[in-house]
Amino acid sequence: MRNEFIYPEFEVVRNENRCIQCRVCERQCANEVHRFDPELGLMLSDETKCVNCQRCVSLCPTHALKIVKSDCRLRENANWSDETIKEIYKQANSGGVLLSSMGNPKPLPVYWDRILINASQVTNPPIDPLREPMETRVFLGKKPDKVRRDAQGNLITETAPQLELSMPVMFSAMSYGSISYNAHASLARAATELGICYNTGEGGLHEDFYVYGPNTVVQVASGRFGVHKNYLEAAAAVEIKMGQGAKPGIGGHLPGTKIVGDISRTRMIPEGSDAISPAPHHDIYSIEDLRQLVYSLKEATEYKKPIIVKVAAVHNIAAIASGIARSGADIIAIDGFRGGTGAAPTRIRDNVGIPIELALASVDQRLRDEGIRNNISLVVGGSVRSAADVVKAVALGADAVYVATAALLALGCHLCRTCHSGKCNWGIATQRPDLVKRLNPDIGSQRLVNLMDAWRHEIKELMGGMGINSIESLRGNRLMLRGVGLTDKELEILGISHAGE
Amino acid sequence: MKRVYVNEQWCLGCHLCEYNCAFANSGLNDMVKALKGKPIFPRVHIEEADGITYAVSCRHCKDPLCVKSCIAGAISIVDGTVKIDKEKCVGCLTCVLVCPYGAVAPGPTGAAQKCELCLENSCGAPACVTGCPNNAIVYEER
Amino acid sequence: MAEYVIIGNGVAAAGCVEGIRSTDTRGNITVISAEKYPVYSRPLISYYLEGKTTLEKMNYRPEDFYEKNNVKLVYARAESIDRENGKVVLDNGKKLCYDKLCLCTGSSPFVPPFEGLDMVKKQFTFMTVDDTLALEKALTKKSRVLIVGAGLIGLKCAEGIAERVGEITVCDLADRVLSSIYDNDCAAVMQEHLEKHGIRFMLGDTAVKFDKNKACMKSGAEVGFDILVLAVGVRAGTGLAKDAGIEVNRGIVIGKDMSTSVPGIYAAGDCSEGYDSSIGANRVLAILPNAYMQGHAAGVNMAGGQADIKDAIPMNSIGFFGLHSVTAGSYPADAEIVEEKHPGSIRRLYIKDDRLAGYIIIGDVSRAGVYTSLVREKTPLGELDADRLRVAPSLALFGAAVRKKKLGGAV
Repeated sequence: MRNEFIYPEFEVVRNENRCIQCRVCERQCANEVHRFDPELGLMLSDETKCVNCQRCVSLCPTHALKIVKSDCRLRENANWSDETIKEIYKQANSGGVLLSSMGNPKPLPVYWDRILINASQVTNPPIDPLREPMETRVFLGKKPDKVRRDAQGNLITETAPQLELSMPVMFSAMSYGSISYNAHASLARAATELGICYNTGEGGLHEDFYVYGPNTVVQVASGRFGVHKNYLEAAAAVEIKMGQGAKPGIGGHLPGTKIVGDISRTRMIPEGSDAISPAPHHDIYSIEDLRQLVYSLKEATEYKKPIIVKVAAVHNIAAIASGIARSGADIIAIDGFRGGTGAAPTRIRDNVGIPIELALASVDQRLRDEGIRNNISLVVGGSVRSAADVVKAVALGADAVYVATAALLALGCHLCRTCHSGKCNWGIATQRPDLVKRLNPDIGSQRLVNLMDAWRHEIKELMGGMGINSIESLRGNRLMLRGVGLTDKELEILGISHAGE
Repeated sequence: MKRVYVNEQWCLGCHLCEYNCAFANSGLNDMVKALKGKPIFPRVHIEEADGITYAVSCRHCKDPLCVKSCIAGAISIVDGTVKIDKEKCVGCLTCVLVCPYGAVAPGPTGAAQKCELCLENSCGAPACVTGCPNNAIVYEER
Repeated sequence: MAEYVIIGNGVAAAGCVEGIRSTDTRGNITVISAEKYPVYSRPLISYYLEGKTTLEKMNYRPEDFYEKNNVKLVYARAESIDRENGKVVLDNGKKLCYDKLCLCTGSSPFVPPFEGLDMVKKQFTFMTVDDTLALEKALTKKSRVLIVGAGLIGLKCAEGIAERVGEITVCDLADRVLSSIYDNDCAAVMQEHLEKHGIRFMLGDTAVKFDKNKACMKSGAEVGFDILVLAVGVRAGTGLAKDAGIEVNRGIVIGKDMSTSVPGIYAAGDCSEGYDSSIGANRVLAILPNAYMQGHAAGVNMAGGQADIKDAIPMNSIGFFGLHSVTAGSYPADAEIVEEKHPGSIRRLYIKDDRLAGYIIIGDVSRAGVYTSLVREKTPLGELDADRLRVAPSLALFGAAVRKKKLGGAV
């Protein structure tokens, strides 16, 4: 048998009564699904190419299109699911490792959805955020353990460098290369307007974006791409990337075909060469080694900038975090197993790592138990989807959260999860100029600002309901949370009571 | 005066502006009814040059050649907007001959037509602008 | 207050009124109209016969044009200009004082002295509304019409009456139709189209004498007719100017500011001979856009403003039986010709010295104005996308920077 034909996953349903043959779908589909046949006088579809990105659906002026899941199914089998079998066909066809993009889509538990938030009734009344001031500002960095005074008895107010955020949210690392120039421009401009930070990822910082430095976290990862003195100095904080939630334990690979022009220059590698980020940092095999890099970066930035260490949420995350807290780092960022990616081996993405909710609770608890919680701020990411998730994360002990998928959705991403094809129809995960221009940063940055403004309002509403007027008072306040449908063990790790208790 | 301007950096060449324009000036309230199975006569058109696309519509020049050249006296300036009286127009297309932007073209009846900023149809603001998915066409003071 | 007098009430005069009023809102303006109509558009007379417009819609300006512009309209004929006293003498004996005078006397049909012409009962020229109404009265479904002259006037007349008469023959001494705006190849395309619509041509041949309802041709042929339309050509209305000692050539000679050889006296429109930038010399450019622009510029200058026309070029947009055609500029014999020809359509670009000297399009005239602007502005073609230029007119000919100016700013 030659290559197995795999029936398309999606079907394009065109309402011929509504289609005016304007061919917008055809022009807008980088996958070349649609085409006009002049002889038939009809729009035709090649559904084998459809990734269900919904670009055509969104732009069709007469709403004549929808994309539906194909109902062509193999015989039902609870053990051998359709997807599993087709993956086997694909591998038998190609001999390749399966690649996927964005976060783990498997039906594993989402603990956010099993945690409920408290509200005040009668006593300790709620606060109306429309009438009373509410503080969502946070400072990330080491906090002093106690009040310190000099020999004359004057208060010592100097603290370790802090990252000030107007709300406890940052845009997490996405490299220039994995996402487009315009996506970066949107994130940078929005972060600046919002008074938060975005993160360069491992792709370096394009020269055009140095102006957004005060709202930029720059990343130093295992490939060290794009790292130089000005890069470090431009930033508000420096992040050492040890791991990523979507693909813990493995490195990254941006193919040489994407290393062109500005990307090559920004990454400081020759055009056409593959950008391979090794799985480990080749100079880090211990917390002591990590400490050396932390202090190298502190030296390089004259101790003016907080150093973040980012790790994936894995099994012994609490111990790892404890080590990081003792490495001299100012902030630890933990990325859960639902975190997104531009490309990862499917098996890694879907089977490696642990849920961020559990990792966060256990890390916060461990650091408290060891009396070093003030040594370090805690940022968590890996599918923080809403203001409610933010509030729950903070109540579980986070100082702030990282969001990326939500930000991409605001920029137009429809989660078709084919970033690795490089043909993102929304101009985000692509470097093709005709596609990149589809994301106008004027629109993109405004949508990000809108989203975060909305979240800020919602955070204030939720806080007000709890009778809390400062986000700092919510941090680690697990009494504000209750679990539903969770086992005793899960509740124990989360450090929360069951609803009704 | 507010005019329609083009940011060709952001034009996707999707041609939606043409369809939105044709619909806006159709006098009908359903795009399918207005445009399905018919040739369209938009007052804005997309041009393409080496992968760059951009929309072209009437610039509403301050000193318009079409107004001076119209043999029927059918083109006039009303509050800065250049307008064609399609009842007076005889379809000689002298305006097409003189417009340096290529922004005038015959409409369905043969009379010349061009962008009149949707001021007199049901849109109130240029339909090409409101329908542009990427802010490549804007309506503003410059 | 200044006294402005305009002799003539055509499009140039309307331009002149608007030119004056753009600069001087108070001065007195008097317009002397020989025809008893408010300003109307002469090129529309064929559209009137065709039923595409009405007498009312032919008015070039709204009803309140004179009132709004505070213009005194006098229906009379100017007999002479008394330069010494700054007066215009009218045929009703009245005299009008002027400080600034503009001659917009237009042109009139040229009728050669054919033998036997006076014996032809139904003979017409085709220039004014009165000509048109007279011709219309004579038309019957069975009329055989002979049109002498295959130029713009003759052929537009043919188109206008085609559905209302039995047969039409057009003769012209020239060997092609529309010889003033077409070269041979383009003329052939249009001729074929006109023939398809029932117009019969006798080219390189013309009537030499008439015998009642019969024309004897130079070739010896004889053509019977019921109606004769004489469209041999036009002559600029220079009589008044000549008599007043103003320099006259084929038209009243004017500078780029529309001034004649006599201070205070201007001329505009078909009667004048202004600067044609396509040939770099003065010539009569008897086309409507030019009449308006000259009139307007004259008006501005009369009122003390400043307006020059340096970029006038010959150009025409004309269509017959649904086939459109546009032309502009000149067609130098030594130019490179870029041609695209399909059945029933043709496009010819005349390129010389890195400039588009002129062009002719019959068929798809979309965006032709972009070509016209290249002719008018003498744009060096080296700055443009040469390959694209040969394919079709569009703003894609220009670089992004030029386009940004054109589309990204107020113009």
